Amino acid sequence: MKFLTLLVFAGAAMAQTPQSQSIEARLTALDSAVKSAQSAGDNAWMLMSAALVLMMTGPGLALFYGGLVRRKNVLGTMMQSFILMAVITALWAVVGYSLVFAEGNPVVGDLRYAFLRGVGIAPNADYAATIPQQTFMVYQLMFAIITPALISGAFAERMKFSAMLLFTVLWALIVYFPMAHMVWGKGGLLSASLGGKIPCFDFAGGTVVHITSGVSALVCALYLGKRVGYPHEQMKPHSVVLSVIGACLLWVGWFGFNAGSALAASGLATSAFVATHFGAAAATLGWMLAEWIRTGKPSVLGAISGCVAGLVAITPASGFVQPFPALLIGFLAGIVCYYMATLVKHQFGYDDSLDAFGVHGAGGTLGAILTGLFATSAINDSFKDSAGKTLALGWVDGNPGQVLNQAIGTAVAWGLAIVGTLIVLKICDAMIGVRVDEEHEITGLDLSMHGEEGYFFES
Amino acid sequence: MKKIEAIIQPFKLEPVKEALKTIGIDGMTITEVRGHGRQKGHKEVYRGQEYNVDLLPKMKLELVVADARLDEVLRTLTSAARTGKIGDGKVFVYDVAEAIRIRNDDRGEAAL
Repeated sequence: MKFLTLLVFAGAAMAQTPQSQSIEARLTALDSAVKSAQSAGDNAWMLMSAALVLMMTGPGLALFYGGLVRRKNVLGTMMQSFILMAVITALWAVVGYSLVFAEGNPVVGDLRYAFLRGVGIAPNADYAATIPQQTFMVYQLMFAIITPALISGAFAERMKFSAMLLFTVLWALIVYFPMAHMVWGKGGLLSASLGGKIPCFDFAGGTVVHITSGVSALVCALYLGKRVGYPHEQMKPHSVVLSVIGACLLWVGWFGFNAGSALAASGLATSAFVATHFGAAAATLGWMLAEWIRTGKPSVLGAISGCVAGLVAITPASGFVQPFPALLIGFLAGIVCYYMATLVKHQFGYDDSLDAFGVHGAGGTLGAILTGLFATSAINDSFKDSAGKTLALGWVDGNPGQVLNQAIGTAVAWGLAIVGTLIVLKICDAMIGVRVDEEHEITGLDLSMHGEEGYFFES
Repeated sequence: MKKIEAIIQPFKLEPVKEALKTIGIDGMTITEVRGHGRQKGHKEVYRGQEYNVDLLPKMKLELVVADARLDEVLRTLTSAARTGKIGDGKVFVYDVAEAIRIRNDDRGEAAL
């Protein structure tokens, strides 16, 4: 009897009936299909986001900055954004991705991914488990491209093209890659989710992108000195029209920058999308209001500057805050950045030509600190303790200490930007000289650097 | 022959052209210029930086007419261009030494 039972059991275990086998197989197939669908959705969104972020540089930033300079420098200025799409890509493929996202030490990654070795279609579960690692890599590349492009706002109309290329490569190596690693890389000092000693919340790059570029911009403006003729000579924007177009492209592209930082087509992406949009809108109103009250006329340049300021400030907070705090952050950024770009700049007299520091440096700092205030697990519940319990995020969650962490992250960004940029500027200046000759500056970069004219309507 | 050089308000270009056409004057050269007499400019503000714009856009008309027609043309032109406010512009008249129609080498008043 026992033997028979054993035989029956053995039989049952080894040879299922056609009915139950198909249910098992079908469940497995279903499970696989669901994962595939999620991956497909995530990958589609992430590839789109990568394209949106690249659009922010070209033509978004190219147009925004291009319109703000004098006609004789329009091409040179646009080139300072455009060419980085090429230069940074090469650098990223060779060492950049690895230095940011390979584990290495708390300050910078190692070279295991140099030449994108091992970076293929299989996901990297440390960062984004449902999309190919190459998608993640190319998405992050677009951030690495736009960050140094932002700095060009400070040295507009007077930096040598060759020096700008060298500067960008060295700056990316010394400032951007380490900062990005510290905040987003595995084991980075400031990483919030991958083992950082001082977890800092920076959803899409308030510290990594905006503070570093904004503060570096200030250093560049001070080092290179004022443009010939500044401030008594008239240096009006030659085409606010181009700048409006650029700003709109930046606003739309920023959805890829912030909502895409969810790294999935998820509810978190939706929150970030909404927060981003609300921040931009509120900041536009904030700047416009401040300007209207102070000068009596709301300028279009002011409105678009406000919008960018809001987008900058909401960047670190986007995947952490509720919609109404997003409005508040944006509104404050509009007002603060208005005063930074007008009052403060003229008081101290530095020639931050296109207000890279006033908007990105100041806006990024404000946003990074306010993130510590308003970050809530109600929006982002991905942070859990070892027991699996959802962690409180910012002050509104009952964790006021986060504001201190944000301040530390901000300070690190400031420090690295100041020291790193000074070193890079000194090297570039010693090797090839950073500022154009006065004669070339007066002729204009388009002719002197590129042998071209932006507009030639007579032909 | 006399050359008339008129600096007028840009929005007066069409009325002046129409008025001159009515008295049979079609040919002229028009340039966009900037300048000012007693008219004050305006102030522009870009990100807190004030700019005084005192070079104002104007239209310059140049036309050459036969001596006999000069007074009629001047009267027609100035009344069409006038608003009565500062900024209306000015007209200058010069002597012309020669005029040539390039197509067929007509000379003098026949070339006008």
